[in-house]
Amino acid sequence: MAKQLFSHTRMSRPQYILRGVVLAIGALAFLFPFYYMVIGSLQTKPDPSVVGAFPNIANITGENYVQINERINLFQGLLNSGIFTGGVLIGTMVFGLLAGYALAVLQWRGRGVTFALALLVQVIPFQLLMIPLYVLIARDYGLADNYLGMILPFFINSTAVVIFRQYFLQLPKELFEAARIDGASELRLLWGIAIPLVRPALITVVLLTFIGPWNEFLWPFLVTKQSALQPLAVSLANYISTVAASASNPFGATLAGAVVLAAPVVVLFIVFQRYFVSTNIGSGVKG
Amino acid sequence: MTSTLTPPAVSRPPEGGKRKRRRPFFGKNPLGLLFSAPYLVFVILVFAYPLVYSVWISFHDFFFAAPGAQVDRPFVGLENYITAFSDPAVIRSFGNVGIFLLINVPLTVVLSLLLASALNKVTHFRAFLRVSFYVPYLTASVAVVAVWLFLFNGNGIVNQVLGPLAPSPSWLVNEHWAMPSIALFVTWKQLGFYILLYLAALQAVPQELYESASTDGAGAVRSFFSVTVPGVRPATVLVLLVSTVTGANLFTEPYLLTGGGGPNGASASPVLIMYQDGLQQGHPDTAAAIGVVLVIVVLGIAWLQNRFAGGND
Repeated sequence: MAKQLFSHTRMSRPQYILRGVVLAIGALAFLFPFYYMVIGSLQTKPDPSVVGAFPNIANITGENYVQINERINLFQGLLNSGIFTGGVLIGTMVFGLLAGYALAVLQWRGRGVTFALALLVQVIPFQLLMIPLYVLIARDYGLADNYLGMILPFFINSTAVVIFRQYFLQLPKELFEAARIDGASELRLLWGIAIPLVRPALITVVLLTFIGPWNEFLWPFLVTKQSALQPLAVSLANYISTVAASASNPFGATLAGAVVLAAPVVVLFIVFQRYFVSTNIGSGVKG
Repeated sequence: MTSTLTPPAVSRPPEGGKRKRRRPFFGKNPLGLLFSAPYLVFVILVFAYPLVYSVWISFHDFFFAAPGAQVDRPFVGLENYITAFSDPAVIRSFGNVGIFLLINVPLTVVLSLLLASALNKVTHFRAFLRVSFYVPYLTASVAVVAVWLFLFNGNGIVNQVLGPLAPSPSWLVNEHWAMPSIALFVTWKQLGFYILLYLAALQAVPQELYESASTDGAGAVRSFFSVTVPGVRPATVLVLLVSTVTGANLFTEPYLLTGGGGPNGASASPVLIMYQDGLQQGHPDTAAAIGVVLVIVVLGIAWLQNRFAGGND
């Protein structure tokens, strides 16, 4: 595909070079802050000069990780982020898949409305719901400082529902009809036929669903006051806004926390990036 | 977008009219409703009901009461709206988000289309480029805010490189630069997602158009403007919409990057004010009013964008 495109578009040598330069500047602008994050997290003393951007063996230390771990319990934070994210993943992979299958394969009254809702929900700004959700979940249902309260607003990812529907639509109808004639139940069809066929594509959805709660700050910040229950994003943010001033190397410690928060997502993405296909996501947002 | 086309099997019309009466009320596969029921309950519980409740709160005298206590919450008409918008800080936060959108939205559209079309034709280093372009989008704001604080700090590396050109006071504590810095940060942070949307749209631009443009003697630049730009217009409308909605919901960045909307409220966003006023100071009713107005403004902007950028499609 890419080769074809290239041969069709006549690109002169300067244009070819220009494109390379644009891409290189882009990559540098996107990656440099991450490189700087890692370097900064390993420095004994913060060195903001240009020379400081290059690793100096004499200045390298793991001390910042120890220091941030003393202030915010990194393991507890990662565990809380994991529980929050895991809850959302379970909700999305169970109920989202069921809804996606029903929207794509089954004929039932209300299907069109449900699909329209799944699209509409994605453009409703969460922040408009912030006040009523806080009143309902934290006050009325008493779910403040509770994993359930954290998970509930994100429980089923609507983008995932739309992407699931898209995958199942691409499967041939005859497959399902043949199995139905053989007397297979719909759950059996979903589990035994539909899911195995879309399995590689499910990785995109898992990745996309994962980053939502893992990176979410506002909602868990609102509903968790106990530090023992806060996801890492919240405890690190609290550290940045309050405690950082009193640490001996605040930037080093903050950056160490940032590395711990960013690493799981970045590693997951690098491992699975070949499954992360643009068309899948485009269809999820656009329908 | 090829993948959004519905396969013909699905758009098959329902079976002949005479069999219609035999179809049960819930359709051919009522099981579909059962399968979707958890999702529908979720949408009602987390989106539909709170949405209505939000509007209701904004028209009533609402305050936090002890759980279980029966309290009177009288209807107060537009009082919450008047209270909210006679506060200059609220007005200013709307102005701030306006500045944010003016910088962020055009920059996002131009840069993401430029990078997506450059990336689209690449054969070498594709995986590396994809990873590097998407990584900021995938990473938590909180994590990257930490490194930006370090980069743009008074004697941070950005100012060291700029030397005498560095603004004083530094970026994030400078009244004039705080909001543009946040806009730049968010553009950088979210760009990967929009590149992804444009990459998907670029697959759908018919190859023949490029061929005939090139037969007509159009160079790469010319065919970019006369084939690519019109070809991805639906995606552009989407990018405008999503970046506007995202921008209007700005919270984490002014909360952390500029220490709660500083200096002197120069970077406060409406959502930050909603948090401070509604939840910290216990006025959920005026905060809900700000939220309702914010959404109406965003809907208005989205409508205008669709009207002027959407063309006929």
